Amino acid sequence: MTDAARLPKPKPGPLDYLARWPLRLWVAGTALFLYAPLITLMVFSFNNSRRNIVWRGFTLDYYAQVLQDESLQHAFVNSLTIALVSTVLSVILGAATALLLWRFRFPFKAGLEGALSIPIVVPEICMGVAFLVFFTKVVPWPTALPWPLNLGAIIIAHVSFSFSFVASVVRARLASFNREMEEAARDLGASEWRTLMDIIVPHMRPGLFAGGLLAFTLSLDDFVITFFTSGPDTITFPVKVYSMIRFSVTPEVNAASTLLIVITVALTALALRLQGSDAGRDAL
Amino acid sequence: MAENVEEPWTQARGMFASLLAGPVLFLFAFLLAPLAIIWGYSFGHTQGLKEIVVDGTFANYAHALNPLYLSILLKSFVFAVLTTGICLVVGFPVAMAITFAKPQSRAWLLLLIMLPFWTNLLIRTYALMAVLRTQGYVNVFLGFLWGGLSHVLATLHVAHLGAFHPLDLLYNNFAVVLGLVYVQLPFMVLPLYSAMDRLDRSLLEASLDLGAGHLRTLFQVVVPLAMPGIASGVLVTLIPSLGAFLTPDLLGGVDSQMIANVIERQFKAANDWPFGAALSFLLMYVTFAAIALQSLFTPKGGRRG
Repeated sequence: MTDAARLPKPKPGPLDYLARWPLRLWVAGTALFLYAPLITLMVFSFNNSRRNIVWRGFTLDYYAQVLQDESLQHAFVNSLTIALVSTVLSVILGAATALLLWRFRFPFKAGLEGALSIPIVVPEICMGVAFLVFFTKVVPWPTALPWPLNLGAIIIAHVSFSFSFVASVVRARLASFNREMEEAARDLGASEWRTLMDIIVPHMRPGLFAGGLLAFTLSLDDFVITFFTSGPDTITFPVKVYSMIRFSVTPEVNAASTLLIVITVALTALALRLQGSDAGRDAL
Repeated sequence: MAENVEEPWTQARGMFASLLAGPVLFLFAFLLAPLAIIWGYSFGHTQGLKEIVVDGTFANYAHALNPLYLSILLKSFVFAVLTTGICLVVGFPVAMAITFAKPQSRAWLLLLIMLPFWTNLLIRTYALMAVLRTQGYVNVFLGFLWGGLSHVLATLHVAHLGAFHPLDLLYNNFAVVLGLVYVQLPFMVLPLYSAMDRLDRSLLEASLDLGAGHLRTLFQVVVPLAMPGIASGVLVTLIPSLGAFLTPDLLGGVDSQMIANVIERQFKAANDWPFGAALSFLLMYVTFAAIALQSLFTPKGGRRG
């Protein structure tokens, strides 16, 4: 390593593929392909024209309309409520699962790990129809319940697909735990539970935050599974946007989409930052 | 760091039981039970309007083998394979550029690939609709070019091009495959990058020093070494494409429906749950087969994921 660092810097090294123009062009083209549609979508949410193709000047009218639209507001509050509650439940279940798998050796452990991988490998559509059948036929979720309770079926569906993601994030964090700390606490007379709460849980905290934000974004973003579990009174933001899209391409949809993009990107950036600062601390 | 040694559960029964109870109950009640129930339904039939009788019949599976549904399943598979192939061809050079970039630009390039991946699937699909539709940006831009060209040709008295006919870019098979590539590309790039990032660069340098060209090095050294990454990239692109619902629903036309759309119709409009359940499980079996096939490409004892 040090020898290599001391060598005089070659112009572009033989492996510095990014310095070659065909590859630069390729990467630029891919970036254009990925970003052009999203950027035009965001830019045209400020366009003062209903027809939405040619730039007619800057306006915030569509944002005002979106923010005043009662059914969109209702859908947005539903989405946030579902995301918050399902995140709390997913973090609790995910943390318990992670601790269990990290700490213990027990029969059927491989079976449990297999069951946890179901949300990752089973196609979303299959999960969606399974929840549809479950919540309409097997355990019919009462539709007449007062507001937050009528979201119960969607919350349960969201927890069941997101808690195994939380478990794998927290488990990865636990891998860096120094077991000697736990032994020291036990030797100094702390009980099993005291050790868990005072020594292990504080170490897990960045993983819990990152996992929680992941669960929150998964829930806020989910369309397919929610589409099958939501009823007329329990519309979420993506389900509402979907019904607007089916209708037509309008600047209001652009404005609503831009808001959702900004929220999810900000949350994910925060999650990565938390994980990043965590990795930085470990390296020290 | 101390080696993490798992202790047998009998060592701390109380803690074990309290950690186990919640997740296992939840898994059984709200994940395994719903899946088990539709698996059961797939062997039943509808009686009357709402009643479903499970009588162990294979009629639903036989119905699924009807040429109509078989051709939709085949079409889904072709779309998914095509999507995966395009993602691999487009994504491999991108992953290579990221791997061999300088560390500071590498972080930015990774962010560049990740950012659209965090954006809602529905919104990305909608963004593509606005680009592709008859009055969309592509057609407006092409119309503008066409207008300019016909103006130039007319003033030069070369030819009259006539009016511009917008291209049909939306509501067809092309739009579905493009949409799937658009949505799945980051899924392909990330595993490719993490596989190539791990490979020993001195092997590449040795190949180049010994006189192999860059292309030969690519195909005889980089590709074989990155095979586990390619296999997992193919898997994480193929599976969601195969079960895609939203992309064909919003971008596809009448003849570009995929298997997920047929499943949705059985559960909503057509109200034939047992048949929809059978189709769901056929899709799941195909998915599991793909995963099993992928594990053949992964070296034993290799890292998962």
